[in-house]
Amino acid sequence: MKILAFDTSNVALSVAVLDNEHLLATQTTNIKRNHSSQLMPIIDQTIKTSGLDINDIDRIVVAEGPGSYTGLRIAVTTAKTLAYAVNAELIGVSSLALLAQNDTQDGIVAPFFNARQGNVFAGIYEKKGSKLTTLVEDQHISFEDLLNHINQIGKPVNFITTDFEDFRESIENTLVVPSSHLDGWNALPNAYFLGLMGLKKNELENVYTAVPQYLRVTEAERNWKDQHPNDVRSGSYVRQID
Amino acid sequence: MGTSKLILAIESSCDETSVAVVKNGNEILSNFIATQIDSHQRFGGVVPEVASRHHIEQITLGIDQALKKAAVEPDDLDAVAVTYGPGLVGALLVGVSAAKSFAYAHNLPLIPVNHMAGHIYAARFVKPIVFPSLALLVSGGHTELVYMPAENVFKIIGETRDDAAGEAYDKIGRVLGMKYPAGKNIDELAHQGHDTFNFPRAMEHDDNFDFSFSGLKSAFINTVHHADQIGEELDRKDLAASFQQSVVDVIVSKTKRACEQLDIKQLILAGGVAANQGLRETLDSMIKKDLPELDFVKAPLKLCGDNGAMIGAAGYVAMQHGESADLTLNADPSLEFDWEPDAVR
Repeated sequence: MKILAFDTSNVALSVAVLDNEHLLATQTTNIKRNHSSQLMPIIDQTIKTSGLDINDIDRIVVAEGPGSYTGLRIAVTTAKTLAYAVNAELIGVSSLALLAQNDTQDGIVAPFFNARQGNVFAGIYEKKGSKLTTLVEDQHISFEDLLNHINQIGKPVNFITTDFEDFRESIENTLVVPSSHLDGWNALPNAYFLGLMGLKKNELENVYTAVPQYLRVTEAERNWKDQHPNDVRSGSYVRQID
Repeated sequence: MGTSKLILAIESSCDETSVAVVKNGNEILSNFIATQIDSHQRFGGVVPEVASRHHIEQITLGIDQALKKAAVEPDDLDAVAVTYGPGLVGALLVGVSAAKSFAYAHNLPLIPVNHMAGHIYAARFVKPIVFPSLALLVSGGHTELVYMPAENVFKIIGETRDDAAGEAYDKIGRVLGMKYPAGKNIDELAHQGHDTFNFPRAMEHDDNFDFSFSGLKSAFINTVHHADQIGEELDRKDLAASFQQSVVDVIVSKTKRACEQLDIKQLILAGGVAANQGLRETLDSMIKKDLPELDFVKAPLKLCGDNGAMIGAAGYVAMQHGESADLTLNADPSLEFDWEPDAVR
């Protein structure tokens, strides 16, 4: 099976092409450049370097979130349109579970992204070899609550994040279990791992209905729901008029 | 298929996800439109992040439906056209990402289209555009006069310095307690009332083709608030009629002057507010009376709002002129035509 995998959920952009477990080509960038301009050219280069054509791809694996809303939309729109156009299977994988694969040792892993105002997008996983078990689902959570979850689990934790310095003080003050961390290069997404995760996953996404896992409703919708608790609509707010 | 050209056209700049298949730039084979109005009505206006999220729900379905309804296979297509600006950046990016992906997968040329050129080319579904031509573009985001000396050349000779006309309609609609978008409601109400308030006509006699609607909006709001304070009930029909008359008077008088000073053969009315009956009727009678030789083309009512078909029509012309984009194409939320304010002096 030929696999195209990519992640643009944060500053880094990572693309890989695999033939089953075998890596054919990969490219990762970590520059504040526009993913919209960069993603398709890098997909094209990576596929060409692999000696393939986009029509040879059997399965597309995308990091579906959480992360930057714009980055997620670029990746998921590209993934679902490519999958539709070349009739490939579409698989979505958590951007955080992907980062957890960077840990080379077994144990508790807490990948997270800074979501501002003391909040993070985070999940807590237990890693045994390449197998991940979810202990706390990916969510938008205050960093304090994340540390409380980790304290409750009561085992040493490995944080994976490029935003470690923003939270160092908080960790030193609140965490009661031993901790270590991967940051910098070691906290960048690796699309090869994403391809491997997608190879093992059996739940296919529907190319029409697939959307990013934002893990957060918009502020406007949150406020509206607070003001209209009984206003429940069945079905979509979007109407086809032609 | 011979020499006929088929374009798949994608539009997602604001709150409509639309995908069309257009033949030779003047025949609509399909025009899928999914509107988000019901969603944004909750907030009294378009919320960009909500809009972007809705676009991604619809985009692939839209492509598939447009192709199926047109009974066209991807292999039959000659190009993919897409709106890359102006508009909401997150919304535009969904269309641009989808267009690039589809074009890449099917090895098709990618044609970047200015959304405003699209609005103008909605008129192409009525009749051919004759040059030199002038377009009056009125929408929720824009109010501008665009001079087209030749095919595929667009020069702005005047535009609003503050609110767009459609924006002013929505804002005063809110003051009158109307649902968003308020344009159609106000238009209907205006037809039942009279211009009794005589609101200001800003910049009507200035020596340029620019517009301003924020003073009118403020005058309207002050009038309503003042009446509220003294417990006076104002006639809503007359309020609507007075507001609309002020907007229409300024737009029509500036457009008339531009038509007279430029040696144009055709006037095109397009954009979301081009559906306004008051504006259509007043332009009709002005042209009949003062510019009887001028060919006046109104975008079809169904194509005044945002849609993919108009992007396909503009994309066809751009393609004929050799325009294309590569896979680095990005959204440009503040894209605009070149300015040529001195074109008529």
